[in-house]
Amino acid sequence: MSDIAIAARQVKFEQKSFWRNPAAAVFTFAFPLMFLLIFGSLNSGQNIDTRGGISFVTFFVPGIAAFGLISACYTNIAMKMAISRDLGILKRIKGTPVPTWSYLAGQIGSSIVTTIEIITLTLGVGVLVYGVDFRWDTLPGLLLTVALGAACFCALGLAISGVCPNGDAAPAIVNFSVFPLIFVSGIFFPLDGAPSWLLSVAKLFPVQHLANGLQYAFDPRTAAPGVNGGDLAVLAVWIVIGSVLALRLFKWENER
Amino acid sequence: MTAIQVRGLRKSYGANEAVRGIDLDVEEGEVFGLLGPNGAGKTTTVEILEGYRSRSAGEVSVLGHDPAKTQRELKERIGVVLQETGVERYLTVTEVIDLYRGYYRKSRPVDDLLALTGLEAQRQQRVKTLSGGQKRRLDLALALAGDPELLFLDEPTTGFDPTARRGAWDVIRGLRELGKTVLLTTHYMDEAQVLADRVAVIVGGVIVAEGPPDNLAGSESATEIHFTLPPGTGADALPELASPAKAQVQGDSVLVTVADPTQVLNTLTGWALGRGLTLPDLTVTRPRLEDVYLELTKDTAAVAVAVAEEGAK
Repeated sequence: MSDIAIAARQVKFEQKSFWRNPAAAVFTFAFPLMFLLIFGSLNSGQNIDTRGGISFVTFFVPGIAAFGLISACYTNIAMKMAISRDLGILKRIKGTPVPTWSYLAGQIGSSIVTTIEIITLTLGVGVLVYGVDFRWDTLPGLLLTVALGAACFCALGLAISGVCPNGDAAPAIVNFSVFPLIFVSGIFFPLDGAPSWLLSVAKLFPVQHLANGLQYAFDPRTAAPGVNGGDLAVLAVWIVIGSVLALRLFKWENER
Repeated sequence: MTAIQVRGLRKSYGANEAVRGIDLDVEEGEVFGLLGPNGAGKTTTVEILEGYRSRSAGEVSVLGHDPAKTQRELKERIGVVLQETGVERYLTVTEVIDLYRGYYRKSRPVDDLLALTGLEAQRQQRVKTLSGGQKRRLDLALALAGDPELLFLDEPTTGFDPTARRGAWDVIRGLRELGKTVLLTTHYMDEAQVLADRVAVIVGGVIVAEGPPDNLAGSESATEIHFTLPPGTGADALPELASPAKAQVQGDSVLVTVADPTQVLNTLTGWALGRGLTLPDLTVTRPRLEDVYLELTKDTAAVAVAVAEEGAK
């Protein structure tokens, strides 16, 4: 079997595992869906004056898609790797001839499959339940942002898994490292009136640019193809930072 | 052919030298037991051979490869059972075996692996529902997935009940029949005695004894001859014994220790038969591996306990 086939096979088995693990599947899917339904219902019918009067759901649905991507890539991969390392699964993998990249590509590939599922679900609910206008002409912007975002957050997920001393600490460390950013990055509500220092800080990190890139593609004022170069550039920089950090921090065994 | 050759192996962790100059030869098709107390350097040594750890000094050849360099080629040909390793919990036994088979260029069929490790009845069970013993057998099935020539087993039966241990022994004996080379570490002397062709005892990072388990301590190891004095016979009536033999008398019980018992037995039985006597309760015993092991490791027992306590912190 080629190394690529090994990676593809790993994706298949990771997906099987994922869907049989209620904790992983529920956290990854139920959270974004729950936020979508609660916030969407609370604010549907409202418009955002600071953004040219676009409907709230046009802003909010792509924001939740960004949140779903972060759950599927960052949170999911970081927890999976920290727990697998705790259980000694990673050490066992190291004892087989499977190339490191094939195994990790399998993990990333599985997260990307989950990401596609969750974004499809989020946007589907947005279109069908809240009447969000899905724009085919800005699809390039949507897809590019999702692609760069997935790469960026998978790399950062691998990196942060190495920071967790063990599997028990993983949920706290992983959630604490990303939730504050989610709140200050304009995912659940627009931050147009927020203090400028807060916005400047948020703009240093990839969460804001992932959300903004997706919201940009859905904004009715955006021209085709909906590609926001600035956001993509920051995500690209964070792919490099995330990859370097992953290479430095990722561990196959717990420290003794 | 030599499967494993080690010369002058050393490994330091900071100022602490865990392995202090080990030489080792394991022949192809051999079951080799590595024995020693906790913290003696067993696992460090094995993990260097498996490619998990770098070494500080020395030469290591495993199936002709340096495990520090040729990782993938070597791992196609070895199987590793580590001490505490989990498996993907939500896959079934068959699925996880199938997943691991895919990592190797050549592999054993799933049914073959299930039969070899006695997991046929659990094939559709998810890993997280398996008992401890079944999980350990799955460890072995996964280590055998790539049909390895050389298998490392690190304490494969720790935590087993006696029946499960016998079952595991049968599996390991089966591996020998398949022509596999096995490097086994264990705490259990009976396990080493039953399974291993040769053993080495490692204490404080050095090998203190090496050989077949039945005569590990070599020529100076003493055979013990026990008997009870014939009724009405005093100890002073016993014949003179050839010089290295030592006789201890306690009440009417006699214990003779000697390296080679042939001469002494001839003297004793000749003496008894000549007088029309018998030697009641006559037994000749070689020291068991466990006795030899305890003798070899007694000086370091205190150190080992301290190390074990350190490790438990």
